[in-house]
Amino acid sequence: MKEREKPVHGDDNPKPREVKRRLKSTKRISRRKRLEFEEVELPLQVAIIGGGVAGMEAASVLTEHRCPVILFEARPELGVNVKNKYKIFPDFSDAGRLVETMTKAMDHPLITVNKDTEIVEIIREPDAYTLLDNKGVPHTVPAVLLASGYEPFDAKRKEELGFGIYEGVINSLQLEDMLREHKVLNSLGEDPRRIVFLQCVGSRDEKVGNHYCSKICCITAVKQAIEVKRQLPDTEVYVFYMDLRLWGQGYEELYREAQEQYSVRFVRGRISEAASTFDGRVQIKSEDTLLGQPLKMVTDLLVLMIGMEASPGTQKLGKTCGLEGPYGFVRSKSPHLEDNLSDKPGFFLAGTCKRPMHIAEAVNDGRAAALEIIKYLRK
Amino acid sequence: MTTKKHYWNEYQKEIADDKYFYERSCIRQTFFPGSETAFLRILKEELGKDILDVENQHTCTGIGFYSDIVPLETTMTIVARLFSLMTEAGYENYVPSCVTSFGVFSEIVDLWEHQPDMLEKARKILFETTGRTFELPKNIAHPSDIIYKFREELKEKMRYRLVNRFTGRPLKVVEHIGCHYAKIFPDKGVGKAEFPHVLAGMIESWGGEVVDYPERRHCCGFGFRQYVVRANRGYSVANSKKKFESMQPYEPDFIVTNCPGCTMFMDKWQYTIAEMEHKTYDKKGYGIPVLTYEEMAGLLLGYDPWELGLQLHQVQSERLLDKLGIHYDPNEKYKSVSGRILPNPEKPQYLRV
Repeated sequence: MKEREKPVHGDDNPKPREVKRRLKSTKRISRRKRLEFEEVELPLQVAIIGGGVAGMEAASVLTEHRCPVILFEARPELGVNVKNKYKIFPDFSDAGRLVETMTKAMDHPLITVNKDTEIVEIIREPDAYTLLDNKGVPHTVPAVLLASGYEPFDAKRKEELGFGIYEGVINSLQLEDMLREHKVLNSLGEDPRRIVFLQCVGSRDEKVGNHYCSKICCITAVKQAIEVKRQLPDTEVYVFYMDLRLWGQGYEELYREAQEQYSVRFVRGRISEAASTFDGRVQIKSEDTLLGQPLKMVTDLLVLMIGMEASPGTQKLGKTCGLEGPYGFVRSKSPHLEDNLSDKPGFFLAGTCKRPMHIAEAVNDGRAAALEIIKYLRK
Repeated sequence: MTTKKHYWNEYQKEIADDKYFYERSCIRQTFFPGSETAFLRILKEELGKDILDVENQHTCTGIGFYSDIVPLETTMTIVARLFSLMTEAGYENYVPSCVTSFGVFSEIVDLWEHQPDMLEKARKILFETTGRTFELPKNIAHPSDIIYKFREELKEKMRYRLVNRFTGRPLKVVEHIGCHYAKIFPDKGVGKAEFPHVLAGMIESWGGEVVDYPERRHCCGFGFRQYVVRANRGYSVANSKKKFESMQPYEPDFIVTNCPGCTMFMDKWQYTIAEMEHKTYDKKGYGIPVLTYEEMAGLLLGYDPWELGLQLHQVQSERLLDKLGIHYDPNEKYKSVSGRILPNPEKPQYLRV
């Protein structure tokens, strides 16, 4: 992150003294509950980088406290990583509806949403930050929340699994689309006789350089296996795993339900390679490490449970700001009591830009970060 | 299954343009010497390259090294001496003819990069025992890398294409690159290890169709410890058999290989399996011909099949030559270099020739 001792401001940018004055003004406004939004004078904005669930939740909480927000999202839509899912664990609620509710809340007079807008540079000013977007526009704000999120692991990097080469090899997000459409079909357009899930694709894998657990894939595969069985009761479903980490509330129960009610078979073993067969299916090789036997199986679909990696924005901004943590995620000040803070005053962190999180965790983290920001601005 | 996309060619390695120092292969010189001769001819006559083929060469120790019979220091010194021949001749681009040699050289150079004390040790031993010194090569490329690099130039000069002249369709070709080409260091192979493109690229450029069958990546059967240890040879045959059975439904017209061991075992074990189980892997009982990439290139360039040494293979290639439309004289098949007609070899009982 560049530091600027003597700031040079354009007409649109407040000087530090002005920032402080507006800050005071915002504090005063926030105490005046009866004041209508349109009566808020020149807003003192908090910049949120990333319009995922963490960023959106933070924006909502900040506006509840009369704090105006400018939100930047590099993609054309908000909440894409959640919207890509059909139903979410552990209660099979609708992911699209969740995003819809959160996105609607962004339609607020105190929130300015800039989609298709990437922050390319962050300059630290005395008592403020200037963010430069990809259109060359500077935005000076007293506080920044980085919520630039994750991106799903690109399974092509596990070349032995044939993703992007064989039509029968898909990733867990593609299966979400199929489930949403109620069209879980093999590459020949038929109902699959068998579906195999493979856990830990891109997570806990030294070969791709990711030693960490993405923590959502185990339960996602259990959830997806049940959804498949609900839609296609005659399809055989196998889940290949290293070890199952069903740590959340209701997860273990769902795992039991998958086995007892839906006859989903869990095999402890990694899949070493996938190949095409003559009749348009996928041959996999593995080892059943509980039986201690090599195993070869033909399946209609091989679903790769892809993990979470720091998004390009997270990696880039983490580096620019000197907050680069392990595996390209950003580093918080400390993991217990200061997890939404960075070592730079006024620069906050939320969500999966720090590490893999599930949806509720990211939402809560965004909320917590917003409260930290309010605390900071009131000081 | 239809393939969506060939990622096989996305990864390209650095391959020197010219001025190659050639190191011959023990197995190739013995079992199919026509391939090395063809490679030198292709480089010199078709591509006009400078490639040096010196006397005074010796083994790279590959089979012994990878069977844990030859100690590391011995292999390092042997590699050092071969490099000293290159240095002495004023060349910098090393081209080992055999995939296992390619693996040995890549591995020793990598070891020396990571442990410079081992490099110093090799220099010291070589100098004390032979008075020789050496420089490390700037580039190590397998001969198939070079053919791959110039495949389009060669295509211009080719008289034939990998097309069945009776049906007009592309010939279906199984390719097998061999373990030591890219499995030790994926980034040293064109297309890396899982979907290598070095042979596939030649096949596609020259009009053929690559067969992607379930056991494509499985071992050819020439695992050193399977074959070298006599009691383990059943594993060797079983591996080859697994591959043949997997490729059989696709009805491949021929197999092209990168590694001498693969060429030998995928060819000779077809005879063995036929004798053991009375089973062959083409519909008419002739087996699937196995060619080296130089033999494939040489045939398409119009070289005489018998000069290429195709008669030395177990599975005979006349039916393939007919499909390619290549003229050959059956009377010349067993003619020696001096022009003497040699006696015809005995015919196998089950594998038709």
